[in-house]
Amino acid sequence: MENNASTPLFQTEDSSLSRRGFLQVLGSGILITVTDRLASAQGFAGTADPRVVARVHLNEDGTITALSGKVEEGQGPRTELSQAAAEELRVSIDRIRLIMADTDLVPDDGITAGSRTTPANVPPMRQAAATARELLTEYAARQWQADPKKLEVNGGVITNKSTGQLMTYADLAKSKEVVAAFAGNIRPDVAVTALSEWKVLGQSVPKPTAQDLVTGRHQFPSDITRPNMLYGKVLRAPSYGATLESIDLSAAQAMKDVVVVREGGFVGFAAPTSHRAAQALEAVAKTAAWKTNPRAVTNRNLHAYLKEHVDDSRARPNATGSIEKGLAAASKTVNASYTLAYIQHAPMEPRAAVAEWGADGKVTVWAGCDGPFRARRDVAEACGVPAERVRVIIPDMGGGFGGKHSAEAAVEAARMAKAAGRPVWVRWTRNEEFTWAYCRPAAVIECKAGLDANHSLVAWDFTNINAGGAGIGTPYEVPNTRIVSVGSDSPVPQGSYRVLAATGNNFARECFMDEMAAASGLDPLRFRLNHLQNPRLRAVLQEAAERFGWSARVKKVTPELGVGLACGTEKNSVVATCVEVGIDRKAGEIRVREICQVFECGPILNPAGLLSQVQGCIMMGLGGALFEEIQFEDGKILNGSFTAYRVPRFRDVPKINVHLMNKTDIPSAGGGETPIIGIAPAIGNAVFAATGTRLRSMPLRLRQGGTTD
Amino acid sequence: MDVTLTFKVNGVERTVTTDPERKLLDVLREDLHLTGTKYGCGEGRCGACVVLIDGRRAFSCRVPVSAAAKRSITTIEGLARNGVLHPVQQAFLEEGAMQCGYCTPGMVLSAVALLREKPNPTDEEIVAGMNGNVCRCNGYVKITNAVRRAAKAGR
Repeated sequence: MENNASTPLFQTEDSSLSRRGFLQVLGSGILITVTDRLASAQGFAGTADPRVVARVHLNEDGTITALSGKVEEGQGPRTELSQAAAEELRVSIDRIRLIMADTDLVPDDGITAGSRTTPANVPPMRQAAATARELLTEYAARQWQADPKKLEVNGGVITNKSTGQLMTYADLAKSKEVVAAFAGNIRPDVAVTALSEWKVLGQSVPKPTAQDLVTGRHQFPSDITRPNMLYGKVLRAPSYGATLESIDLSAAQAMKDVVVVREGGFVGFAAPTSHRAAQALEAVAKTAAWKTNPRAVTNRNLHAYLKEHVDDSRARPNATGSIEKGLAAASKTVNASYTLAYIQHAPMEPRAAVAEWGADGKVTVWAGCDGPFRARRDVAEACGVPAERVRVIIPDMGGGFGGKHSAEAAVEAARMAKAAGRPVWVRWTRNEEFTWAYCRPAAVIECKAGLDANHSLVAWDFTNINAGGAGIGTPYEVPNTRIVSVGSDSPVPQGSYRVLAATGNNFARECFMDEMAAASGLDPLRFRLNHLQNPRLRAVLQEAAERFGWSARVKKVTPELGVGLACGTEKNSVVATCVEVGIDRKAGEIRVREICQVFECGPILNPAGLLSQVQGCIMMGLGGALFEEIQFEDGKILNGSFTAYRVPRFRDVPKINVHLMNKTDIPSAGGGETPIIGIAPAIGNAVFAATGTRLRSMPLRLRQGGTTD
Repeated sequence: MDVTLTFKVNGVERTVTTDPERKLLDVLREDLHLTGTKYGCGEGRCGACVVLIDGRRAFSCRVPVSAAAKRSITTIEGLARNGVLHPVQQAFLEEGAMQCGYCTPGMVLSAVALLREKPNPTDEEIVAGMNGNVCRCNGYVKITNAVRRAAKAGR
């Protein structure tokens, strides 16, 4: 393990020496810092300079504060990171105050995405907390001239059983010599608690904020209220790519209580109420002249457009064997093209922010986005101030699903607040969120495969156009493959979505595997197992098939009742899904009746939290599988509302049977994404089993049209 | 033209002077600083804004504040009594029926309204009563369990 004096893995900092913000919020005491040098030594990506990944602060009054750059948006990192700190400090979870995503206090952890919190942030949080515990032990041993191995830490109190002496973290924090004694001298190999000894981790600990959530006390970003605050509205272009040529602002400027801001193409209105701001916007919006940039692409001709605009200049095909030879030697080949619509994340809380400039020229922005430091950079750049004069705080926010990497509302609020000289609140309308938040990429996925005479796959050619390379590899054993992700020209703004392109890639791969199973005349489960070596994936697939009763139910398929399965691996976790669908042939409707899913992501840190995430993925996956599609024309979103854009509701909930496998001999992986990937292909495969119709477009529909609610 | 309106919010008489066309949701949040009631869609299709008006469910994002005059409004802030949670709130806690929790106030109030009308709802009645509320995280299974639990607790 790399360790040199100038870049210690652990540091104790006397927080009176730290920035004012630290002192104000944390008080005096000891600050313990972990850098990613440790993380990189454990196989995680490190950077050239050691980057702080976790902080734990012990206050003289006994308060224990853990600090994390991650964002809570419903997926549960607040609970999980609090559990990690509590476990290693040997205290109950209510002793931990966790500060998240405040750029003045927390380490820069980039964005909260990619199921990274569990594998990349829980381990250093445990290390930081274990270090604090170790410090206490060593300090006490030194004070008492005792053997540190004979001391016990329990409930935050260290005890010398033989003498009855007691000491707490507060005593440690009060000690003036401790910082000097231990600075830069902490062992990097502090032992974290073995899984078999866990008391807080591994438990179904409730959300620390649950009480505030059920009583309405929790303040989401859109709930932040500041004295003297104004409510903001922003002028939006009529279509993508349109630029503002001119606007007559006089009608709004004549409204005495309204502040009008124009900076280039940005036009904002701040008023004492959101209604008043909307009136100001409405008063001038019709005077705006726009230069539009129309493109002759709609959601109806989208997939042909994406194929015509393929850009493979940056493509890096992944190949094994020779795809040409493999296909040439095959006794049977099959081609198919799968497609995916654009969809929106539609988190319940749209983008929101409040910005307040202080007399010192520093701006504080409370924002609903998942990259606090990116938001800080964006605000600094837009307002022409150094990043140090921007503080971004992300209150636990109302959903994201990969859709809130960008910080538009933060920038808008900061601009208007600067001009108004008063705090300004911005919250996008649902229509703004549908229109101006980026979409999950649409895709065309071209598949070609070959079978030999023994029903074995000998060639696998798989190309994703536009959506990306996440989950594009096949877990099945095939000697000749060519797998590639290529770009295209997206006609609507697109970006991340829960599990990225793995949803589309798994949809195409798992449906196409079914096509190959059908071509070989084999049962889809048998065909998959014949090609599958990954023991974790085999285990979940076999478990799901058994729990669902696959072998018996597959024989009972009728034209009105189908069963299907799918499996996949992503983000170092594995999932298998079995579904039963009912087909209403007259109405052309697919009704998902039952979903049985088995998921495994290593040791489970919080079973109840993980169950929520898996159930959530299942229901969200159902939306993309069956209904969700952004419709657009002339650069305008046509269905930007919850009336026109159908999301899963209570009436769509099938019988759901989730089984979580707790695999304890590997590190924990995140669980908030991968459980979505099997839903659409399992449904598509079940529809095929019942009807003989292979649906190759998400959302899956037996008839055209009709996504409204 | 502003008007002066009086209504009861969580048992307390409140008077506001405002444009009567503003939505009740906005007046609750911006004038009375009761931010527990959420905006989700502005068209009464997601239930984040649900409050009770005279005990019945209402989508406050659709209700002009003038229509609330002289009526009695219950928001999520007014559901617990003397620090004791309403049985529906308690049931949501016990089931862990929230993830981001943004839909939770509306879910809780829709469930309260449902159980007032149907103290022993069937599963079909729970679906029908709650279908106007959207959760995206997506907690329908646990929320349904919470409604069942609250119904059981009320028996």
